[in-house]
Amino acid sequence: MQTQARATTRTGPAVRLEAVTKDFGTVRAVDAVDLTVHEGEFFTLLGPSGSGKTTLLRLVAGFEQPTGGRIELAGDDVTGTPPNRRDVHTVFQDYALFPQMSVEQNVAYALTVRGVRKAERLARAHEALTTVRLDGFAARRPAELSGGQRQRVALARALVDRPAVLLLDEPLGALDLALRQEMQTELKELQRTTGITFLLVTHDQDEALTMSDRIAVVRDGRIEQTGPPVEVYERPATAFVAGFVGTTNLLRGEAAVRVVGRPGTYSIRPERILLTDPAEASAREPAEGSARQSAESSAETSADGRRTVTGRITDIVHAGAHTRFTVMLPYGDRLIVHRQNLTGLPESARPDGEIGLSWDERDAFPVPS
Amino acid sequence: MPAAPTPGSRLRLTALLAPPLLWLTLAYLGSLAILLLSAFWTTDSFTSDVVHTWNTDNFHELLTTPVYRTIALRTLSIAVAVTVVDALLALPMAFFMARVAGRRWRRPLLVAVLTPLWAGYLVKAYAWRVMLGENGVVGAALAPFGLHGPGYGTTAVVIVLAYLWLPYMILPVYAALERLPERMLEASADLGAGAWRTLRSVVLPVVRPAVLAGSVFTFSLSLGDYLTVQIVGGKTQLLGNVIASQVTLDLPMAAALSAVPVVLIVCYLAAVRRAGALDSL
Repeated sequence: MQTQARATTRTGPAVRLEAVTKDFGTVRAVDAVDLTVHEGEFFTLLGPSGSGKTTLLRLVAGFEQPTGGRIELAGDDVTGTPPNRRDVHTVFQDYALFPQMSVEQNVAYALTVRGVRKAERLARAHEALTTVRLDGFAARRPAELSGGQRQRVALARALVDRPAVLLLDEPLGALDLALRQEMQTELKELQRTTGITFLLVTHDQDEALTMSDRIAVVRDGRIEQTGPPVEVYERPATAFVAGFVGTTNLLRGEAAVRVVGRPGTYSIRPERILLTDPAEASAREPAEGSARQSAESSAETSADGRRTVTGRITDIVHAGAHTRFTVMLPYGDRLIVHRQNLTGLPESARPDGEIGLSWDERDAFPVPS
Repeated sequence: MPAAPTPGSRLRLTALLAPPLLWLTLAYLGSLAILLLSAFWTTDSFTSDVVHTWNTDNFHELLTTPVYRTIALRTLSIAVAVTVVDALLALPMAFFMARVAGRRWRRPLLVAVLTPLWAGYLVKAYAWRVMLGENGVVGAALAPFGLHGPGYGTTAVVIVLAYLWLPYMILPVYAALERLPERMLEASADLGAGAWRTLRSVVLPVVRPAVLAGSVFTFSLSLGDYLTVQIVGGKTQLLGNVIASQVTLDLPMAAALSAVPVVLIVCYLAAVRRAGALDSL
């Protein structure tokens, strides 16, 4: 990679969107989005397909122009600027390598376009190929490479002239799981060593949680929550975020009153619920004044701040590192419990067995619905 | 891949392919072989009968008579000119159809390009004769600018042949441009390329084989044509006319003459093949 610092002085965040709206005909793909990506940050737009996250990325790249609002790159207003005049490069989902060019010509394209001398062009293309561990593939054609190798060429091509921001559109979507996990680590490492701002789009919550410094969860053209992965996971701002990022038990209305003991909408992560002996669960001392607030309550709160409940196991799925239990509570509420496969299970942890569940009261946290 | 064919399936395959292959070898290649063979015979100048004696007199005459060389060169030039004109017309038209026009317009435009192919050849050629004539549309349109129409002659032949074969050039170019993924153009712009750079580095490499493929049609159809030149060519003589007029007088000479376009086309195909254009046909 090129080492000298860029001449431009940065006066603002790497990317800033201000009330950006994009309509396609009558469909509003992006709805008044405000977004700030800091310099040197690994930022991820996470959302289901059709949420508008790719449109957001294409607006930043310049392939689409916003219907309303303002887009800034490093403090400069680039609304209306064509893609070739923006200091950003894109890694496309299908890589979009030029089939008639060699790997080397593909990687050097941004330099060729800018009229960089041939010797320097080749040197820098090779440097970029070395960064993605593909030196020795320079003379090949894209058609002669595997999916993972094409992915790396696309990365090298986008990084060769050190753009201010690298945009990645579901870059790992076409790879198999093992390669995807390997590339996750590699992408993160690449971002750290180059210091380039990465703006990634994905629907894969695992990918977002593993790589990002910050995540914005997108839904229906709006941003539901922005924050570091831990915050988004542990304190989802909305019920949608709780459900989309990780697995959760979402309890609303009467179910919340019965299980959590309070009205509202609550989320309990499945790994926070412990499996106990059913006898042990019912033997716990109820906390003073909190016992049986209504006849419709299925769980109790003990003196040490733990909620306990007894239920029946309806389903057990062994998922490798953990086992997933589905437990039916009295009154028909269901809880999903994840348990690390570390030690032996309670005697009754078998299909149709009676089981006790317990969790810290603070692990059932309210989410605005 | 399917497994190795069983004897039964091989029999069925043979039965299926035999009639068309027989047709191809006998009717098509066979007649071509007889044509080339008869070029080595001669005609008795008194009786006009074909004399079946093996000799190369016809080819000797062909190569030594200046008028044949002139006509062959003229035919070649016209075929090249028609091909160049068609390529220059087809590129912007195909680009507009495949990339600029909306999805709704693509089909009507494609139909508009194809419709002339459905009309009779003679109808189109005579229509041009009327248009290029003394009081034709072409002359009338050029008159306000102080220009004259080309009249009947070589230029008229190029114009009409270019018109006749244009769809054969537009279609492959259009298909190539339509196959070009939008992502490629975006990637090029994304990496800093302007419109011209993208056209040169990304679009043209894709279009080049298609233009060559189209040129196989425009070139070979122009080489063999002899009706258009009779209708709008005035006194212009092309290989086609000469062959046509010799067929009744001196069949072996006509056969020798028709070897010229065959050789030219074979050379052209070899050149185009080297450029890799036949892969996309």
